[in-house]
Amino acid sequence: MSKLLNWVDARFPLSEFVKQDLTGYPTPRNLSYWWNFGFLAGFVLVLQVVSGLFLAMHYKPDASLAFESIEHIMREVNYGWLIRYIHSTGASAFFAVIFIHMARTLYYGSYRAPRELMWWTGQGLLLLLMATAFFGYLLPWGQMSYWGAQVITNLFRATPFFGDEIVIWLRGGFSIGDATLTRFFVLHYFFPFLIIGLVLIHLVALHTVKSSNPSGINLAAKDNIPFHPYFTAKDLYGLGVFLIVFCFFVFFSPEFFIEADNNIPANPLKTPAHIVPEWYFLPFYAILRSIPDLLGGVVAMGLSVVIFAAMPFLDRSHIPGGARYRPVYRILFYIFVLDFAVLTYVGAVPPSGSLVVIGQVATFIYFALFALLPFISKAEEKWLCKRGLPAEVEELLKSKSSPDKFNCPL
Amino acid sequence: MSDEDSKDPKESGRRHFLETVTGVVAGAGVCGAAWPFISSMNPTTDVLAKSTSEVELGDIAVGETKTVDWQGKPVFILHRTPEQISEVRNDQSAQTKDPEQDEKRVQKPQWLVVVGLCTHLGCVPLRKDKGWLCPCHGSFYDDSGRVLRGPAPKNLILPPYEFLSDNKILIGKVEEQS
Repeated sequence: MSKLLNWVDARFPLSEFVKQDLTGYPTPRNLSYWWNFGFLAGFVLVLQVVSGLFLAMHYKPDASLAFESIEHIMREVNYGWLIRYIHSTGASAFFAVIFIHMARTLYYGSYRAPRELMWWTGQGLLLLLMATAFFGYLLPWGQMSYWGAQVITNLFRATPFFGDEIVIWLRGGFSIGDATLTRFFVLHYFFPFLIIGLVLIHLVALHTVKSSNPSGINLAAKDNIPFHPYFTAKDLYGLGVFLIVFCFFVFFSPEFFIEADNNIPANPLKTPAHIVPEWYFLPFYAILRSIPDLLGGVVAMGLSVVIFAAMPFLDRSHIPGGARYRPVYRILFYIFVLDFAVLTYVGAVPPSGSLVVIGQVATFIYFALFALLPFISKAEEKWLCKRGLPAEVEELLKSKSSPDKFNCPL
Repeated sequence: MSDEDSKDPKESGRRHFLETVTGVVAGAGVCGAAWPFISSMNPTTDVLAKSTSEVELGDIAVGETKTVDWQGKPVFILHRTPEQISEVRNDQSAQTKDPEQDEKRVQKPQWLVVVGLCTHLGCVPLRKDKGWLCPCHGSFYDDSGRVLRGPAPKNLILPPYEFLSDNKILIGKVEEQS
């Protein structure tokens, strides 16, 4: 065995790779469970690819066959119900994990130098994930699938000058039809290849800049411990907890994330009484609805997703440690989380009276937080320097072995 | 894992045991989780439900053959004349390659029911005046479906079937139907 390994190692850096990037990969010893979610996202990606592969063996991307092929999977394919529910629940799990992963990054300031590229590749992954989920949602060819795709493709009508032409081009017809279904299936199958590629870039960047940690200060070499067995064990424990929640939904409440209307075959002549997107699109959908102008709403919705990429520029504070040592930023973070939750709620219910106003206020707060951050973060930095940093931070920064240097005032 | 652990033989023994147990449990879990996926590639229940075929024999004249579909495979039904029956029952050359008595290959002497796929590489043999000739590699079968010459290793396969009445048969796994 070791002879074979030597043979390979002479031609390919297998042992070196395993030691440097897997088992021996230096990891900050103070990582909390909030650092589990990157691994969990990778796990869900594999789960989706595998379950999707087996679903595609029975699914038929044809408008006259699609709905029945899903019923076929549910009723006649061995364990088809299980594989489909893993895949549909997996989509929700993917977004839940990614939202927590992003929230952790925002809270602990992990998007700041030198990890901007991690944040931006992550932003790209979020967009790819959203696109993949959107394409996939049409495939069951139920009422919600159909009208969801109808509404979202219609957003491109806001394109100046060529709006109508672009919508027809995207759909391959004058309405959502067989051509749309077939191309959505192809794209739903293809986008995960892009996701896997970008994940690899995300990981190469990670292994260059190494993990951030709750202190927000890059630790000295002696404060890093090997990934295995410490974080393999921690990740696997987190995976166990995740799987308990995941399996609860798969086995006991599989239709929880599926709109009842989607069990009715698509009917181009009848819109369901109340259209809602999947829960993970609700906050952005609420922003779209809050703006009473088509183009304005589309721009605001697009901006609400991609604005995260600006965080390394918007946050001008040099105080380390993210929200942990920054009381004002911490308050902004919690306002943002609350605002996101309010928008989710507003997006889920039919627009009426006071809810429209609440949605508009929440939309305003959403963008105001980003717009004010450069000023607030700079003011906070000055105030903290004047008041003095927490003793814990001072000590970490003063320790000779820490690679980070920060002195007040700048 | 620090070196101190492995220096104490008792400690390293325990560690080794725990690692083995973890590996076995994880391996069993992965196998269990893989099973539904592997199983989903098997024939679906609607395919299994269609695994029998009922055939009316009344419209097959004496000396005629009829090809019917059973599980997507052709099945030859030959209504044999008395001359054909006596010929295959006296023909000694059929004893050469895959010896079998014609009596054991039919339930009623006038009805021969065989899967119409050459046992060599699965082509459908063509009906000749006497017997069948496989167009792919030239295997020749007699009116009992027994291979006389050519590369085919075995006689034509006999599907399970039963007579529902004098003029009707059911091809497929008969015992599961009751």
